[in-house]
Amino acid sequence: MSTPVTLWTAMAVLVLSCISLCIGAGTFDLQALWTDGWHASEVEVLLVSRLPRTLALILAGAGLAITGLILQILVRNRFVEPSTVGTTESASLGVLLVVLLAPGMPVVGRMLVAATFALAGTGLFLLILRTVPLRSVLMVPLVGIVLSGVIGAVTTFLAFRFDLLQSIGAWTMGDFSVVLRGRYELLWIVLAAVAMAYAMADRLTVAGMGHDFATNLGLNHRSVMTLGLVIVAIVSAAVVVTVGTIPFLGLVVPNVVSLALGDNMRRSLPVVVLGGAALVLVCDIMGRIVIHPYEIPIGTTMGVLGSALFLWLLLRGRSRVA
Amino acid sequence: MIAIESLCKSYDGTPVLDGVDLILPQGGVTAVIGPNGAGKSTLLSVMGRMIRADAGRVTLDGRDLATAPGSEVARRLAVLRQDNQPSARLTVQDLVTFGRYPHSHGRTTAQDRVHVARAIAYLGLGDLADRFLDELSGGQRQRAFIAMVLAQDTDVILLDEPLNNLDMRHAVGIMALLRDAARDLGKTILVVLHDINMAAAYCDRIVVMQDGRLIHHGPPEEIMTDALLSRVYATPVTVHRVAGRLVALY
Repeated sequence: MSTPVTLWTAMAVLVLSCISLCIGAGTFDLQALWTDGWHASEVEVLLVSRLPRTLALILAGAGLAITGLILQILVRNRFVEPSTVGTTESASLGVLLVVLLAPGMPVVGRMLVAATFALAGTGLFLLILRTVPLRSVLMVPLVGIVLSGVIGAVTTFLAFRFDLLQSIGAWTMGDFSVVLRGRYELLWIVLAAVAMAYAMADRLTVAGMGHDFATNLGLNHRSVMTLGLVIVAIVSAAVVVTVGTIPFLGLVVPNVVSLALGDNMRRSLPVVVLGGAALVLVCDIMGRIVIHPYEIPIGTTMGVLGSALFLWLLLRGRSRVA
Repeated sequence: MIAIESLCKSYDGTPVLDGVDLILPQGGVTAVIGPNGAGKSTLLSVMGRMIRADAGRVTLDGRDLATAPGSEVARRLAVLRQDNQPSARLTVQDLVTFGRYPHSHGRTTAQDRVHVARAIAYLGLGDLADRFLDELSGGQRQRAFIAMVLAQDTDVILLDEPLNNLDMRHAVGIMALLRDAARDLGKTILVVLHDINMAAAYCDRIVVMQDGRLIHHGPPEEIMTDALLSRVYATPVTVHRVAGRLVALY
């Protein structure tokens, strides 16, 4: 049942990638590429701008979708994703501090700092969850949103004091229009994260059934949780550092896939990864053609499309989604 | 053989297990009965490594369960707790296959599939194998979890109120299954039961707990007496012999 779904999503990603490569502000004509060969200006556009952008979209989409999936499985709540539990906000705070304290730091160092902050922020969230009595499934994302708000406020205050409000705008609102060759390569780390998540898919699924369930099967629940959260932190940080945050993606894609295929990660993970890539490509293509040759940032298009999808999910399968 | 040695556990100063000693020889079904709050579930949780004891230890053939490697213990001892609310959407087949995880670590072999198919068949879940757990009734779900524990194929099986949510047919079916597994395959089974008549009918031994202590341990004939049950449950209970079986009325 899952193999054809995986295949179809993969095809969709392929087709969308081709469309994504063919549209943009610069002139780009496949025919010219064919007639003028390797020297055409099209090659330059393709290699420097179009291809990096499409690859960045695919990697960021796939990455954010698995961070949502892993968080939902580990926290055992359908309504969490990196931007509703403080992960993304903590990463942004980390980036801001790097900009303030060590502006010359290379992008990899920046990402590592962001990842450390992301991990700490997510850890804080889990710590709060342990002490708060959770009477409703909605308490979990509410706690997360409050925490995100607090961390976000600290970031905004610091940025305000040091006149950096403009810059934090850049990494809190996802934008792929600035992606060029040499500026997105960090995102390849997503590929490693996906491979790692797939390798530990069974362990993550078992951990998602809870501490007692995992213990009975001889699994160290705590270490699986930690490893899963490290993946989430690194991917979130890599995405924040390179393209900024994209809302709803980590929420919508894993939920839709869960409804159709369930939560056995061995089966659902490939579809979640490809689905995330496909949704990001769709949103980016929309943002690029609506007011062509100008662009709407992907954060906005995803906000519109993602919230619509999310509302549909909420209204459709109330009992099941919760 | 499982040996429980002066096990203690308290929550906020209130002892829930207060020096429990018990030796379970290999093979046989042992029921744990007692009023609410007697410490039955806590005992099973400590034995199943889900809760750490404050003092005392549980050993399986001489090995301390709290310090032995988790994956090794999982191949020898399986535990099913009460309230199994599945938080992930798994199919019955997926769930039961996870019972093989301690043996397969995710790489399911032909032998694993045999165990899974057998467990699903034993619990009459064949038609439900591809259904998601959240689409099942409480009783069906309970049977799916029991199937998972059976697929784990351990020498020792601990079950906390496995008959919850089950109708008469399935309750009797599971008790008979446990009795047969103990008799034919030499499994050591410890099962918390609320229904003392079930315990008397299907178990080789009954352990009575009260206020965190183990107060009696013996074959059903010894435990099923008016005086003992009335005292433990603080309710008038009379035991009668009906069609050759001991039945408590309350």
